[in-house]
Amino acid sequence: MARLTINGKSQAFDVDPNTPLLWVLREQVGLTGTKYGCGVALCGACTVHVDGAPMRSCVVPVSAVEGKKITTIEGLAVNGRLTKVQQAWLDNDVPQCGYCQSGMIMAVTALLDKSPKPTDAQIDAAITNICRCGTFQQVREAIHAAARA
Amino acid sequence: MLESPKLTRRSFLISSAAVGGGLALGLNIPFGGPGVVRAADGSPEITAWVVIRPDDTVVVRIARSEMGQGTLTGLAQLVAEELECDWSKVITEYPTPGTNVARKRVWGDYGTGGSRGIRTSQDYVRKGGAAARMMLVQAAADGWKVPASECVAANSTITHKPSGRKTSYGKVAEAAAKLEVPKDVPLKDPKDWKIIGKPVKRLDTVDKLTGKQVYGADVKLPGMLNAAIKDCPIFGGKVKSFDPAKAAGMPGVKKVLQIENAIAVVADTWWHAKTALDAVNIEWDGGANEKVSSASIAEMLTEGLSAEQAFVHNQAGDSKAAIDGAAKKVEAVYVYPFQNHACMEPMNATAIYTADSCKVWVGTQNGEAALAAAAEASGLPVAKCDVEKLLLGGGFGRRGFTDYVRQAVLIAKEMPGTPVKLLWSREEDMLHGKYHPIMQAKLTGGLDAAGNLTGLEIRLSGQSILASARPEALDKGKDPFSFQGFWPTGEHSLEYTIPNIKIDHAMRNTHVPPGFWRGVNINQNAIFLECFMDELALAAGKDALEFRRALMSKNPKSLAVLNAVADKGGWGKPAAPGVHRGLAHFRAFGSYVAACAEVSVKDGNKVKVHRIVAATDTGYAVNPAQIERQIAGSFVYGLSAMFAQECTVKDGRIEQENFHSYNSMRIAQMPKVESIVMPSGGFWGGVGEPTICVAAPAVLNAIFAATGKRFRSFPLKNHGIEWV
Ligand code: FES
Ligand code: FES
Repeated sequence: MARLTINGKSQAFDVDPNTPLLWVLREQVGLTGTKYGCGVALCGACTVHVDGAPMRSCVVPVSAVEGKKITTIEGLAVNGRLTKVQQAWLDNDVPQCGYCQSGMIMAVTALLDKSPKPTDAQIDAAITNICRCGTFQQVREAIHAAARA
Repeated sequence: MLESPKLTRRSFLISSAAVGGGLALGLNIPFGGPGVVRAADGSPEITAWVVIRPDDTVVVRIARSEMGQGTLTGLAQLVAEELECDWSKVITEYPTPGTNVARKRVWGDYGTGGSRGIRTSQDYVRKGGAAARMMLVQAAADGWKVPASECVAANSTITHKPSGRKTSYGKVAEAAAKLEVPKDVPLKDPKDWKIIGKPVKRLDTVDKLTGKQVYGADVKLPGMLNAAIKDCPIFGGKVKSFDPAKAAGMPGVKKVLQIENAIAVVADTWWHAKTALDAVNIEWDGGANEKVSSASIAEMLTEGLSAEQAFVHNQAGDSKAAIDGAAKKVEAVYVYPFQNHACMEPMNATAIYTADSCKVWVGTQNGEAALAAAAEASGLPVAKCDVEKLLLGGGFGRRGFTDYVRQAVLIAKEMPGTPVKLLWSREEDMLHGKYHPIMQAKLTGGLDAAGNLTGLEIRLSGQSILASARPEALDKGKDPFSFQGFWPTGEHSLEYTIPNIKIDHAMRNTHVPPGFWRGVNINQNAIFLECFMDELALAAGKDALEFRRALMSKNPKSLAVLNAVADKGGWGKPAAPGVHRGLAHFRAFGSYVAACAEVSVKDGNKVKVHRIVAATDTGYAVNPAQIERQIAGSFVYGLSAMFAQECTVKDGRIEQENFHSYNSMRIAQMPKVESIVMPSGGFWGGVGEPTICVAAPAVLNAIFAATGKRFRSFPLKNHGIEWV
């Protein structure tokens, strides 16, 4: 049994404590916005926030996040109001297929929380998500736009 | 072909060959009728492409697949342009492939590959929009009892000019749907376009920002189970034995089963299925292929470089005599590896099977091929099967294949009545790709005393995609697509005029299945040719731009894109200290593309790509903003391949299983891409693929300028190059 606080809601789940948080989110909680890309912390598609810090949920056992605050992509917009990162993504038409973008947005949101006006070098160091469609140019522009907003 | 009632798998493949120039659709494509056809919500269909709701919402039907390339938005622009509707009220939907079959293929071809999504359907989708507009106008005129010629349509409103009366599309839709579809449907002059050619925003963005967007991997159905699978990692091999006992007793497991040459576990969750699958002890029988390695394949290809027999595709003059008699002879061998598509979303499909129906939910580049696969695997007639198409988490050619659809249906067949979602692990995805074909090339050029290129020979040796994926499309054994960019004429033509030339292909197929990989054969062909052009220019003592220009005088469109990148890229002018430039040009999928790259190299091996200026002439440019994104995105895909990606073979299987050994570009490595979209009009060229091929040779030529080193085998990581 694991008790998790996800997007402000506390829920208990009957799962093996070693189950990666990613699969609890997707298969137990039903939040499929967090994506599976590699399963081994290489691509960032599964990025969520744990107590505000970005984490690759595919390698985080659910036992490690009990009692912590978990935020997923579904938890960003409140009452349908997009966050400034989501809005910048919309304004700059960032996503192509979109599959990596949940993780990308979660990573960027965490970066801007820490460094509200990131330099290109800070972006390069913090954002290591893979995007096979190749949206990086728009991602960079949208990060700067969100920082200005 | 539109009214093909017999839908064998083979006819699907033929009708939707990913390359080969689309379906021959007559001008009389049926747009619907007679009798009103209604959408699921009861709103009337005006033509098959357009449904109008009472609140003026316009639903545009999209037959092709959206995988990130923006085709959905582009196709909607084409329909909306002729429909004269309010763009802000446009939404889209995918009619299912089964409905298409039931309606005599009213929506034409579903195949989405070969950069054909827009260019091979633009004519009939525009007509679908124009016919609907004519019917809406007629219905309004009938209501007012005035001639239709006195009425005009704009922005979803119809106005009777003499009286100033107005009505909206939503109000006359019911009456319009009852009218006969007009036979003669004129289209607008491109100069009058208002939505085509505009950088409108994509229609499908918001749900991708909030986690709401449902991809194949996210499908949830009541009572659904989940499956994980391991197919024999040695292509063509079999299951020798497996022991299901341990896995069968693990949490959540419902079934451990053998499906053809694969072992699958079905469980309540995918995590349970995958964990249990890892506990199954499987022994594979790879047969003779167990002996195949990268070295043995390379040996076979190298033999082909000097083999007697080869398929000739471009020949003029006497290349041998020209080269033998040349003042200077240049020769080089290039080698290109297998590569996996590595779509961000691993392959998956969900299926439910009962004794008299089979339904599949899948992100596919070819809905009709998926339908054919469902019918074949289930053993049911096509009419009892259907496919719900979902947005693809990347396609790049991989999702035009249906191997995973077949697997999902075969598994679901073992559990009648229960929906089962099959999801491949990344490892399974890496081991069971449809790989970029492996190819070697020997290029030989002859220069006269003045440094003019008088003769060129290119011998390709390697895999044919068509021989494996679409053998019926071969031309007497020859694969014309192996020669993309080298054709004497046509949409993949060689744009240099060389008096004596011979380009041929020694086909050397391997047991590793090849597939259409974004750009298909232009990735290697552009590297071969465009790096070699720089080698020739160097030997001729000429500037790389001037050397190309001199051979291109007969092809003004090619010259124009080349000049555009040279100009904007600052060719011939000093670059920043330590920065070096390289050029490349190509023609593919009907479009003309060129690039000018800037790189710097530190410590002899740390390569930074700073900037790439790119130009494309696509004839008509439906959405320039999306074209810019396709250019930048194609460079990410192409440069990832050139710097970092290779699938090697050991004991008959692919060695790379995840991104640690098959890396992909990160934002830190992204060059600044400056795009010049320069549509010259009069033709429809491809967008998603052509530009991919110029990034690599432009960067390679710039690396040569920086280091004096000419790399001829890939990826560059094998040469100790670090991509920073
Ligand atoms: S799925 Fe977690 S990092 Fe790739
Ligand atoms: S948008 Fe498709 S992988 Fe990033």
